[in-house]
Formats: sequence, C-alpha cells, structure tokens
Amino acid sequence: MSFQTVTRMLLGGFAENGFIFIMTLLMALPLGLVITFGTMSSIRPVKWLTRTFVWIIRGTPLMLQLFVVMYVPGLLFDIQMPDHMLGVQVNPRMYSALIAFVINYAAYISEIYRGGIESIPKGQYEAGQVLGMTKGQIFFKVVLMQVVKRIIPPLGNEIITLVKDTSLARVIAVQEILWIAEEFSARGVIWPLFYTGVYFLVFCGVLTLLFGYIEKKLNYYRG
Amino acid sequence: MAILEVRDLKKSFGDTQVLKGVGFAMEKGEVLAIIGSSGSGKTTLLRCLNFLETPDCGIITVNGETLFDSDNRSPHSEGEIRKKRLHFGLVFQSFNLFPQYTVLKNVSLAVELLARERSDYKQNKSEILREIDSSAREIIGRVGLSEKMDAYPFQLSGGQQQRVAIARALALKPEILCFDEPTSALDPELTGEVLKVIRSLKSSDRTMIVVTHEMEFARNVADKVIFMADGQVEEEGTAEEVFERPRSQRTKAFFTNYKKS
Repeated sequence: MSFQTVTRMLLGGFAENGFIFIMTLLMALPLGLVITFGTMSSIRPVKWLTRTFVWIIRGTPLMLQLFVVMYVPGLLFDIQMPDHMLGVQVNPRMYSALIAFVINYAAYISEIYRGGIESIPKGQYEAGQVLGMTKGQIFFKVVLMQVVKRIIPPLGNEIITLVKDTSLARVIAVQEILWIAEEFSARGVIWPLFYTGVYFLVFCGVLTLLFGYIEKKLNYYRG
Repeated sequence: MAILEVRDLKKSFGDTQVLKGVGFAMEKGEVLAIIGSSGSGKTTLLRCLNFLETPDCGIITVNGETLFDSDNRSPHSEGEIRKKRLHFGLVFQSFNLFPQYTVLKNVSLAVELLARERSDYKQNKSEILREIDSSAREIIGRVGLSEKMDAYPFQLSGGQQQRVAIARALALKPEILCFDEPTSALDPELTGEVLKVIRSLKSSDRTMIVVTHEMEFARNVADKVIFMADGQVEEEGTAEEVFERPRSQRTKAFFTNYKKS
C-alpha cells in the first residue's frame, strides 16, 4: 500500500470529518444563541425547559446521542433519513450524525454564550439605559462586542474539540477518516491508523493560529 | 416653577426600606449636593430619578410634566421610559465607559443612535453625523481631553475616564445632570480634576444633583444641600445653613464624625 494511496484515501475520509465540522458550526453557532435566550428567559417554563434540555445533552455521551438519532426515529416513528442534502446524494447516516452533532454542540455553545453575556457588568447595561438606548441598541452596540471578545477563547476550545469529536461519527458507520484507517488495519496495515493523527494535528493547528489571530485583533482594547 | 419636584418617594428592596418618603424641589440652574452616610439612600434616590429603579411610591415632576406617579401608573412601555430618562443624565461612581470604543465614540454613540429617530435622518445623514461629531469634540474639549479623542478607556487614568463619562452624559443635553459619588472610585490625587470639571459646568441653565462625600466641594459649589439619613431628608437648606448651622442632631453627629476621620 503506497504512501500516496493511503494519504489520498485518508483525505477522502477526512473530507467527511470536515463536512461534519463545517455544517455543525454553521448550525450550532446560531442555534446555541437561541438556546441561550431560552436559558436566560424570564419566562420560567421556557427557562426550565431549556435548562433541562441542556442538562440532558451535556449529561449524556455524544456517542449515545448518535445512537439515539440513528435508531430511534426509524424504530419508533418509522422515519427514514433522506439520502439527499442540498441536492447532493449523501449517506442517510450523515443526517443522523449532523443532527446529533448540531444539538450536542449547540447545547455546549449556548453555555459559553450565557457565560459571556452574564460576565458583562450590569453597569454597561445601565450606562446604555441612562443614555436613552433601546434594549436592542444596548445589546448590539454595547454588549455584543464585549461578549465576543470574552467568548473567543472558550469558543476556540470547543471548536477544536469538535474537530476531533467528528470521528465519533464512525460509530454509526459514517465513513470518516478513522473508519478508513481501521479498514487498512483490518487488512494488516497498521500505520495509517497512526497517520490519521497528522490530519487532526494540522487542522487543529490551523484553527489555533486562526483563533490566536482573532484574539489579537480584538486586543486593541481591554476590559 | 421648580424644574424638578420629588414628592414622598419610597423604595424597598425586599424587607429593607431604603427610601422612606423623600421629597425636595429644585430650581433651574441650581446645584444640589446630597450628603449623608453610606446606606442612607442617596444612590437609590438618583437611580429612581434615572428610572434605573422603579419607586414603590411617590411623584417625580420635571418642568411641570409628571414623569412618575405611583397613584397613576400608566403602562410604561420601554420607549416611554426611554424618553423620560432623557430628562436626566447620570454619571456613575464606576464610570461605566464602553471599553471597545474610543473617547470620541463613547461620547457620540448615544447621540448618533438617538438621531436615527429623527424624521430627516435619512436625507441629512452626513450633515447630522458631522454636527454630532463636532459637538462631541467640543464637549470633550470642555472636560480638557482634546488630546485623548482617539484613546480607549483603558489607556486613561481614572480621573480622565470620569471626565469622559461626564462628557458622555453632557452630550445628550439633559435638563438635570446627576452625579453618583463621581470621585469615590478615584485616587485622592485625581479627585481634584473631576471636581474642577463639575464646578466648571455650573451655569444658569444647567441643573445638577451631586451625591458626594466631598464636603468641601459640596460647601463651595452647591446652592442647596440635603443631608440624608436612614432613607429620609434629615436636613435641607443652603450650603451655609446646613454646614454652619445644622439644626438636626444627626447632621451635627455626621459632621463631627466626618471631621474626626
């Protein structure tokens, strides 16, 4: 098995990881904000429902959640996952994987948002209020930028965890990079399994640099 | 006619009654100093005037317009409260500048946002913004910070930050400007510059309420002094009356303790 062939095949598998990564981010980042507003809601039932939801999602393994999304809709409700996504033919299992990832990461990210929003001193809101700003103006013009600055480090952490978590999709037979590597080892070639680490390291390295850059950009002010 | 009239203002937090019926009146152009020990309700009073707290009871009238009347609570929409707040300006003890904006932007931001509600905003946008910019620069000059126009708050000393906060409040041209212990968070050597700015703002058409622990300042600048104790106005009069000839025992005791420290 030549190095080039293995590299190419693993890259094909890693494309699946990258796809899960991008799609999860695109959906979980906004969905997380919706959950945050739920957990911070002054309407008690909404608050407790969303907090219970976050508790369940954070309190159970992502692997279990993948199994649930994979099997429960079919077994209980006879729902089949579609095999198209954005007009492209996909493995229906990819749907299950994405649903589980998006829900799981939205729950974690919502807590990062909440921490960021709650860390902004009350005085910032009050300053906006006495200056006659509306609630929306206070959020978007005063608070948001400060929240973004504060959540970039924990968000970077979470996003880097996501890169590696994507390989969990193999438990429902999404053919991502580790799945491909295991097929090699089943045929007696063990080194591709360790070689996968390089893909993750490079990807996470790029993300680390990117987040470092964003943090530096936001460092023009303090507080 | 009094520019501000406050009657029987009461406010409790849980079981603690912080304001037990506060009332006073002010004429236009007056400077009122509110003194008293910590916990006497001075700050809560200012926060009620600025609608950061809703009083349980009482009436607040500005220029004959009733802004708050506990007996006649019209449903307060956010927009209405916002309009009422604009009668007042508030300078906080802890400045509360917006850290991500420059000095200039801190001062002009709220004015710019408010200008968006003007009916001619779309047509004359650039002209309006230019006007706001130049008036913000003028106000920053008045508090002596023309050099720091593009600095961020973290680059300024506490005294400078508080002067920016004063400029920010002035930019909205409030009828009544309130200061909540404006020098309490400052190092002693920085209080002078802030007090000097406040003193320089005194003019016939600017009404100010200053909650302060700076007795010399209150004595020299205030037209009227209120001594608060235990959520009530214990003594009220001209600076001379309150400082030189206090009638109440509590006021006397307060001054005695103050001098000792």
